[in-house]
Amino acid sequence: MALQAIAFYVMAAVTVIAGFCVVSARNPVHSVLWLILTFFSAAGLFVLMGAEFLAMLLVVVYVGAVAVLFLFVVMMLDVDFAALRQGFAQYMPLGLLIAVFLAAEMVLVASTVATKGAAAHNDTPMASGFGMDAPNAEAIGRVLYTDYVYFFQASGLVLLVAMIGAIVLTLRHKPGVRRQVVMDQVLRSPKTGMKIANPKPGEGIGE
Amino acid sequence: MNATTTDFWATPGGWVLLTVGQVLAVTIWVLLSLAFLLLADRKIWAGVQMRKGPNVVGPFGLLQSFADFIKFVLKEVVIPAGADKAVFLLAPLISFVLAFGAWAVIPLAPGWVVADINVGILYLFAISSLGVYGIIMGGWASNSKYPFLGSLRSAAQMVSYEVSIGFVIITVILLAGSMNLGTIVEKQAGGFWNWNVLGGGGGLPGLVGALVMIPMTVIFFISALAETNRPPFDLPEAESELVAGYQVEYSSTPYLLFMIGEYSNIVLMCAMITVLFFGGWHAPFPTDFTSAWSPTAASFFHFMWFFGKVIFFFFMFAMVKAIVPRYRYDQLMRLGWKVFLPASLVAVCVMAGWLVYGRGPIG
Amino acid sequence: MNAFLLEYLPIVIFLGIAAALGIAFILAAVVLAPTAPDPEKLSSYECGFNAFDDARMKFDVRFYLVSILFIIFDLEVAFLFPWAVSLMKLPAEQAQFAFWSMMSFLGVLTVGFIYEWKKGALEWE
Repeated sequence: MALQAIAFYVMAAVTVIAGFCVVSARNPVHSVLWLILTFFSAAGLFVLMGAEFLAMLLVVVYVGAVAVLFLFVVMMLDVDFAALRQGFAQYMPLGLLIAVFLAAEMVLVASTVATKGAAAHNDTPMASGFGMDAPNAEAIGRVLYTDYVYFFQASGLVLLVAMIGAIVLTLRHKPGVRRQVVMDQVLRSPKTGMKIANPKPGEGIGE
Repeated sequence: MNATTTDFWATPGGWVLLTVGQVLAVTIWVLLSLAFLLLADRKIWAGVQMRKGPNVVGPFGLLQSFADFIKFVLKEVVIPAGADKAVFLLAPLISFVLAFGAWAVIPLAPGWVVADINVGILYLFAISSLGVYGIIMGGWASNSKYPFLGSLRSAAQMVSYEVSIGFVIITVILLAGSMNLGTIVEKQAGGFWNWNVLGGGGGLPGLVGALVMIPMTVIFFISALAETNRPPFDLPEAESELVAGYQVEYSSTPYLLFMIGEYSNIVLMCAMITVLFFGGWHAPFPTDFTSAWSPTAASFFHFMWFFGKVIFFFFMFAMVKAIVPRYRYDQLMRLGWKVFLPASLVAVCVMAGWLVYGRGPIG
Repeated sequence: MNAFLLEYLPIVIFLGIAAALGIAFILAAVVLAPTAPDPEKLSSYECGFNAFDDARMKFDVRFYLVSILFIIFDLEVAFLFPWAVSLMKLPAEQAQFAFWSMMSFLGVLTVGFIYEWKKGALEWE
């Protein structure tokens, strides 16, 4: 148990410190790297809670995919971050307001859980169907696609919208690009690709 | 690796010592194998081109990799003036650590696995999706054009093939019904007709699955080539245009770490193909006779099968490198997104449909 | 300490030993190898002339698109994992329902996939 507690405090500390570094790092690429560390230690915390499947997904999706996108963006956009900082004071009140709301929500959730508000709903299929000893990917799989099918389908629609949105926003075609059409190449036969010319002497093919 | 009944190993201190011993054993085994596989890679390449390959250091050049290692250590670590020093050194370290960390969940023989976690396959998937960071960070930190372009290409390429690897893995999980690599291997016991590449067992009707799984195995193999930046997909390193891609500015041991990481990833991919499709440590015939042997002998027997299969697939990797010409970048992207992705997506649907309506659960 | 977490400790130890080994390699070169820096050696690689400007330039927006599409397909794969694990363990009726539920999910995303194919988002120029 002691080891577990030490692991928790180490990872929690790393999460918080790395999170702070995300905000305070001067170089945006460093910020993203710190963010990756934050995700990692958060994944470690998930493992400590027994949510190994979610921990791995956090690494696969957030570190493996989302953070790659962030890296691309900060590397590509070449944003002048000094200029962005100038509006800092102006947006400060709004930012603080959001921060206060977030903090309030967290306190609310924490206090509800502490008073067993959430734990009172023990009739969830997760708890009733089988014990917590089932591997948690399996536990999710047993309910997500049947009991929670509407949420599942809704997430499919969200992904569809994201896909279309990404294409509409970023897709630009350069004019005059020559592409390889593999089908045309494969379907090419001697008949279509070749012409037998039979020129008379002194005339040439005459094109 | 085998559960010992001695009291000392049951105490926390003994447990930690045992684990550290296991980890060191696996690490040393991987490093030594790499040294010789690297040489094998060069020898095979040379053989295809009718050359001799390294043949000076030791008999048949067997000690070449060790000589190379000493040379790497004795070379100056050059860090370019414009580079981001911390990230520059962190990048090869990350490549190296990730490439080795993945070995923790690979079952080498019955009971021979360092960390037997429930989500082993997902752990491997996660680790391989992180491999891209070493490359992006290395390319970016060098602050030089060629590494930067190389790392971008590499990132986009790895990311594209990651998706089809994911779908192929799903078909294997469907067959095994588990993400634990040990369970996946166990399910393929009893002979090569039970291997996942042939549909994962279930008697003669089970062989229908082979129609899906054989193409999936091929897709996984080709995606593994792309994921590890091996020829014919070595565009990030395309020496004719990008000199050496993201590694241009690296020298000495930081370069060595990149290289070990790369080769360790290749061998890891071979191990994954073995575990997922070719029965892991199972021999291709029923091995009931080993139950009369001592556990250690039986484990060693199975380990040899595992190792043999890994070496075979490494040989395939090396042959592909020697034989197949390099892809063009647009062809590479087309293959990943327009051929492998739809094909593996359809395969997942067909496989699941067949399992639910056709074969039904076995065992 | 429960048995579940005991399976993860070896991974931490493994990563730790790998990191130690990697650092040892780098330090070995730093200690053993000569260091003789000079401006030419430390300048970034370029074909025979000095680099014109900062190497971290803007690049094609296509890389950005590839990485967004990757996130979406990665999430799709993430949804498939628990489904693949549990599908054959559900009772037959539920398994069929789960199967069709996933088919409709994949169908929706296939619509998006066809859209991006037709739009030419998968072409590399």
